[in-house]
This record gives sequence, structure tokens and C-alpha cells, in this order.
Amino acid sequence: MFSEIARWFVESGAVPQGSLRVERRREERVTVERGVVQPRRISESFGAMVTAIEGGLGYAATSDLSVTGLKQACDRAVAMARAAAGRMIPGFPVPAPFEGDIDYRGPELRPWAGVPLSDRIAMLRDADRGLKSDDRIVDWGASFWSIDKEQLYVDVKGGRVAQRVHYLMPTLWAAASAQGETQRRTFSDAGMRVGGAEILDQIGFFAAPAQVSAEAIQLLEAPNCPEGTMDLVLGPGQMVLQIHESIGHPLELDRILGDERNYAGTSFVTPDMFGTFRYGSDLLNITFDPTLGEEIASYPADDVGTAASREYLIRGGLLERPLGGATSQARANLPGVANERACSWNRPPIDRMANINLEPGEGTLDALIGRVERGVYMETNRSWSIDDSRNKFQFGCEYGRIIKDGKLGPVVRNPNYRGVSSAFWRALKGVGGRETFLVSGTPYCGKGEPNQAVKVGHATPACLFGDVSVFGGA
Amino acid sequence: MREHFEAVARAATQKLTGGEDVLINYRAEDSTFIRFNRSAVRQPGTVREIELSLDLIEGRRHAEASLSLTGRIDEDESRIARALDDLRAARGETPDDPYLLVNETPSDTAREIGGAMPEADAIIDAVTAAGAGRDLVGFVAAGPVYTGFANARGQRNWDAAASFNADWSFYVGGDKAVKTSHAGFEWDAQAFARVAGDAAGRLEALARPPVTVKPGEYRAYLTPAALNEIMGMLSWGGYGLAAQKTRSTIFLRMIEGGARLNERVTLSEATAKGAAPAFQREGFIKPAAVTLIDRGVYRDCLVSPRSAAEYGVPTNGASGGETPASLDMAAGELPEADALKALGTGIYVSNLWYLNFSDRSAGRLTGMTRFATFWVENGALVAPLNVMRFDDTIFRMLGSNLEALTAERSLLLDPGTYDGRNLESARLPGALLSAMRFTL
Repeated sequence: MFSEIARWFVESGAVPQGSLRVERRREERVTVERGVVQPRRISESFGAMVTAIEGGLGYAATSDLSVTGLKQACDRAVAMARAAAGRMIPGFPVPAPFEGDIDYRGPELRPWAGVPLSDRIAMLRDADRGLKSDDRIVDWGASFWSIDKEQLYVDVKGGRVAQRVHYLMPTLWAAASAQGETQRRTFSDAGMRVGGAEILDQIGFFAAPAQVSAEAIQLLEAPNCPEGTMDLVLGPGQMVLQIHESIGHPLELDRILGDERNYAGTSFVTPDMFGTFRYGSDLLNITFDPTLGEEIASYPADDVGTAASREYLIRGGLLERPLGGATSQARANLPGVANERACSWNRPPIDRMANINLEPGEGTLDALIGRVERGVYMETNRSWSIDDSRNKFQFGCEYGRIIKDGKLGPVVRNPNYRGVSSAFWRALKGVGGRETFLVSGTPYCGKGEPNQAVKVGHATPACLFGDVSVFGGA
Repeated sequence: MREHFEAVARAATQKLTGGEDVLINYRAEDSTFIRFNRSAVRQPGTVREIELSLDLIEGRRHAEASLSLTGRIDEDESRIARALDDLRAARGETPDDPYLLVNETPSDTAREIGGAMPEADAIIDAVTAAGAGRDLVGFVAAGPVYTGFANARGQRNWDAAASFNADWSFYVGGDKAVKTSHAGFEWDAQAFARVAGDAAGRLEALARPPVTVKPGEYRAYLTPAALNEIMGMLSWGGYGLAAQKTRSTIFLRMIEGGARLNERVTLSEATAKGAAPAFQREGFIKPAAVTLIDRGVYRDCLVSPRSAAEYGVPTNGASGGETPASLDMAAGELPEADALKALGTGIYVSNLWYLNFSDRSAGRLTGMTRFATFWVENGALVAPLNVMRFDDTIFRMLGSNLEALTAERSLLLDPGTYDGRNLESARLPGALLSAMRFTL
């Protein structure tokens, strides 16, 4: 059906210049919560977006993929383009037609579709039982969220990009409560990944319930995180959030150009900083990397047909390149990357993070901790807040441990820290090696008007920061 | 669209076999979305989509599926038949659901609101005119949203709401802006121009050189829009029965420890006064109002059908997430026109942003000021304030430190569009605080 739609679009001439993106996304959520199998939920979203260039640029999305429905969408897109002609933002470019022909399939070693529903439920039941280890565990559960996505992009000139990817996000949680205090621990650092059943072994899903449950109880019994300025070691699960909020978002070129000022915010980064601004210490190396197959924003080309390649955004601490797709690059006259993406067939592409990774250094987590005389180790994000220019942040984690004289000490609860983005990254003192490296991803990155929650990958090692303002709860 | 909904409901119910029931939830929108930056068009478009959700039930076993529809009933009937077959297969592999609860006393409802919606040209004309000579950035969404429920017992609920929501900011530079919204059910270009003109008139004070104050405690006035951000955090797992029973609610100390908010705080889920449909996915009809906080005391919670079955209490028609869709806060006595005078010296907060929990069990929140926040001395705006982070508890902000609420309230229609256009709303006053803790 995809190829029939594409052929009609190219041959009909309904849009003189523009493109079509067709997407079918099948999702399944299976959950066992507090000992009860929840109703299985499946969904299929199927539709197309037409983008037309005629004086201006307009789009039209439809869930009616008949010839009549597609023709109406083409007419609406053209009408929108005409309505905006001469009134679009200055210098708005006409994207060059894409002329390639690409077929891409994400890796899936053990297809998830080959695991019977009864087996999926059995795995979750086992996990659910393992989480309820103590009377003080008051909430617990396990879930699998899987997504099978097929997408075809075609340009009226004949360019074509076909993609099919399977995503899986296993999650566990346990909350312990007593005497007016509740502490929640999750197994979520790996987030969402590309692949099938092999992911469960890769992330240690089967051994995790006992640890999650035990750590929830430890947190309930633990004292609050101490307050003060000290060294901070962040596990890779929390590093994912730190990179996302204080590097990824500020480098989005559409923010820098002001598009997001009414909603997601602006950026402290300005166009003149690229090539000169010291974003972090010499240890900071950040890449846009669409080539790691298991990471959830790997693709051969973005949603406007720009071929994707690995690029450094920050190298040796120096800011090199923004996260801007073909449209923003032309508006800003800056280099960029292939990151013009849409969350679904019913939303237009805008500049998004894709896979934004912190390149590993050398050494184990123990080696990083061994360098700390007085500090805190934190892992797994639970709270995130940052200003709209992406400067002043405050983040909280689920789990913390005191570090004293190079060794991990007691568990502490409500570990929080705050700082200012570039000052924080300039205080980066240690970057863990491959031994600490985690490939992770979130499907919840929100941005855009209309709003879009898009899948974003981050891969990172554990890191050590100096002189951070750390504090606890209550 | 109502005919299509009825045809879909007929198609689904006619395909049931003996002993089966089905919950049918229908959602469609025909939206115009136009995005602006620097007083010019950034992205104009339209989205037409129909989504159907089917929950196929036999005894206590059931499974749910949602699918896109085309609007052409022949094709849609085929899709529905395939979905029901898939659900029958899935249902066979799942155990009984002890928490399944559906409405067994059919109650039909129908509401159609909204008038003329603007064409794209009219939106672009109005917004570019308002932005002429200024730096306007924002978004307009307009068009109908259709919501329907049906089941095999013959229940039919229908809601058609044609609305527009213009949400924009006038920037004076950097991160300083006047943020405004104008939403309603009938487009009036002159009314839009008046609101835009009023907003533009507030830019002068914002153009002054900004000041920075040291972290510490300051008197503060929160506009309804700023207070709405705090209300959003309270709604995030705060009012639901499941959150209460699993002790994850931010009100834990009120439920278990006897803590209370200021007696000025009365909050309710006022469905009858809001824009959201009055029915929910299992077919229950929402009461006109549920009082959540009564003069500072935690009272009723929102109870979804699943929670009702799990914990053995009646449902009050809450959605699955047990969050309010039409929040209403009782007004106070402070005339809004006197808010600056009552503030005296302190911080006037037009907007808050990106809130989260610092310590949920303790009722502690953090977040940032945004857009237009001012340093005020002796009841007069002195200068815009550079963004500040607050970190404080609800028991101080809405408890011991809540000095007054305004007599006037604002109806804030949610401009959100993540899973389709949102119909949630909040009706809130402004709040005067004797102290608010700023940390960075």
C-alpha cells in the first residue's frame, strides 16, 4: 500500500513541488501492576502528511489514504502554501528535492513478534512477583511497550526513503512507603531501544526486580542527601537527562532562531558562539550519531530527506555545530545535521535532537569514584527543571550514595543538585570509559507547536563533576 | 461527523458475537495549525484525523485496540472487523480482569458548541497585523474536535466543540516577553485585535533594563497563569484515589499527617463549567462538580472505574489518569486592580515554567519564572527581573504564606496539542504570597 500511495503522489502532479510522508505505527502495551494483568492495549496509527511548496510552504495531514483523501490533502497543503506566500519568515528556503533511494531496517535479532503474548505476560508476572518483596512496597509493576514503525518518504521528483524499525521499552517500578514518606525506585535507565527480545538480556531485565525492590526499601530507611558544595558522580542513566536538557536543547537551531520562544523556550547559545565558545572542559566530546543501530534515533535520512551522518557538536569542550536541519541551516547560514524530524504522520518536521551522545573516556565507575574525597553518587532521574534559555537547572535522582575518601558509603534519599549549564560542563573532571557506557533513549521529548513528543537517543558513560551544589529533600 | 460516529458504532456493535460487549471511543479533529515567528508565518498546515478505540469484553476478559479511520464507512467497517478479530484472539490469551468496571445504566448525552472558525487567510491577516512592528512568536489552532462514546447497550454520548486557541508572545528582547492567549468558540477578529493591543500595551515596562535579586525569600504575586503551573503539579497524580492508596500523591501529608492548606484554598473538578466532555471512556457520566480541597482540607478524590473496582468504592466518572479536566479554584476578595499595591515590595510573577518535584512526599516543588516577571517596590513595577528559580512547599505557598486570592478569576483553556487538541481548562484567581523561596 505504501508504494501505491507513493506512486500516485509522484505521478498525479497534485503537488507541483513537495513531498509525502506515510507512516504506520503499531504499538502494544502489556502491563502487570500490583499482581494484576492489565488489559492489553494495542494501537495502530496510519496516515500521511503532504508538504507543498507554492509561493510559501504548507502541510496537510490525513488519515484517509484513499486517492480522494490524498487528493484533498494535496489541495489543502497547496492552499496553505498559497495563503502563506509572501508572509513567511524572511529568507524561508525552498528545500532542495531529495533524489536518493534508501531502504533502512533497524536491527532486531530476536523479533518481538515471535514472542507469544502468553510468554510476555509470564515474564511480567515473574517480574511483578519479584518486586513485592516487603509489606512496605505499596506500589509495583512491570511493563513492555513495543512499537513497530514503517515510514516512507517520497519527493515529487522521485527521491525515496523507506524505514522500518522496532522499538522496545521494558520498565519496572517499586514504591516503598511508611510514616508519611514514599520512595520510588525504577528500572528505567536504558529507556527505549531499537531491537527485539534480545534487549531484555542486554539490559539485565530478569535480574532487576530484586534489586529495584531492595533499593526502594533502602531509600525509605535512608537519611536525606546532605547539603553542600561537593564532587558529584552521575551514573549514565542520569547523564542522559543532563545531556538532554543542558546540551541537546540549547543547541537546537530552531530555538536559537526563536521559533520555540512561545513554548519550549529559547537558548543561551547564540549563532556567533559556534567555533569559539567553550561549552565544557577539554573532556567534553558530544556527537550527533545516527549510526548506532540499537539507539532509538538512528536513521539514514531525516523526515525532509537529508542524508544523516555522524558529526561532532562539541569537541574538546569547544562548541562546533548546532542541531539544525536543512531549513534552519539555510536560515542561519550555519552548518548543521540531519535532524528535521516529526513525531508522527500528523505533525510537521522541526529541529529535534536525534542520538546525542557523550563520547566515552577511560576507566571504570570505581576509578571515577576513587578520585572523590567528599561527594555524592547519583543515578536514575526523577525530577527535571531548567529555565527556558537552558541555563539554570535543578535535577533530582531516585538513588544516591555518599562518597567518602574514594569509596561508596551509605545510601541517601532525595538526592538533588542544581547549577548553570556551561559552568557545570566546565566543571567536568572525569569521563568514564566503555565499561560505564549506556545506550539509552526516551520517547518523551516534548517540543513544537503543535506539540510533538519525539524519540531521542542518548549514549553516555558515567561522569565526575567538581564543586556542585547538592542537597536533599524536606 | 456525527453520522460517521453513529455508523461506526453500528458497525462495531453489529459485529459482536453472543455475550460480547464493546466500549467504543471515537475522536476526530479537523484542525488548522499556524505557527508564527518574528511576526511572520513559520509553519502553516491542517490535520484531519479520526481515531477509534475499541475495548472488546466478554465476561471479565477484555482487550483494547485503537486504530486510525478514514471517514469512509466502507473502508472503516473493514478495519473495525479486523480489529475485533485481533481483539478476540488477544482476549483469549489474557486472564480475567478483576478491575473491569463499565457503566451498565445507559445515559445518552449530546453537546455541540462553537460557531464560525477562521480560515487560514484570516488567521494570518489578524496575527501579522497584531505583530506589525513587533516581535510576535506563537501559534493558532482552530477547528472542530469531536468526541464520542458508544457501547452495545445502546448508550451514545457525543461532544462536538469547535474552538480556536491563539497563544503568543510579544518579545522585547532576550527572554523578556508578554505572553498572552485568546481562546473561544467563535472567532472574532476585532476581539483578537483588542486582546493583542492590550498585551502590546504591557511591553513598555518590560523594556526597562532588567534587574537581578539575590536568592532568598520575597513577597510574591502569582497571576492566574503562574498559579496554573502550580495547579498542574498538584494535578499530576495528586487528586486520584490510586495515588492516594499507593501513597504517591503530593497531598500525602494532608491525607495521613493532618496537614492542611490555607482555608482560602477550595478546589474542585467543575465539569459543568469546563470545556471538556462530561463522559469518559467506560461510559460513566461525570458529576457537575467534585470538591477536591475544601477550605484547605483534602476532601474527595477523583475515582476512575478501575480504581473504584480495585478499592471497592463508587466511581465519580474520573478519567483513567484521575486528573482534573476542568479545575476550578474559589475566588478570594482582593481586587485584581489592587494586586500591586497589596504586594508592596516583592516579585510580580506573570508566568512560571518547567515545574517539578524536589520532594513529592514533603509537598516541595521547584520551577522557574518566565516571560514577564517584575521587581516591584511600593506597589509600582520597577524593572523586569531576570529569571529566578523557586523551590518551596505547597504548605507554605498555598498554606501559611497565602495572604490573599483575587476576586476576579481567569478561564485558562489549555493550548496543548500532544495527543490531539486539548479541551481541558482551569478557572483560577491570582495569589498573593507573604513569602516565596527563591534559590538560584
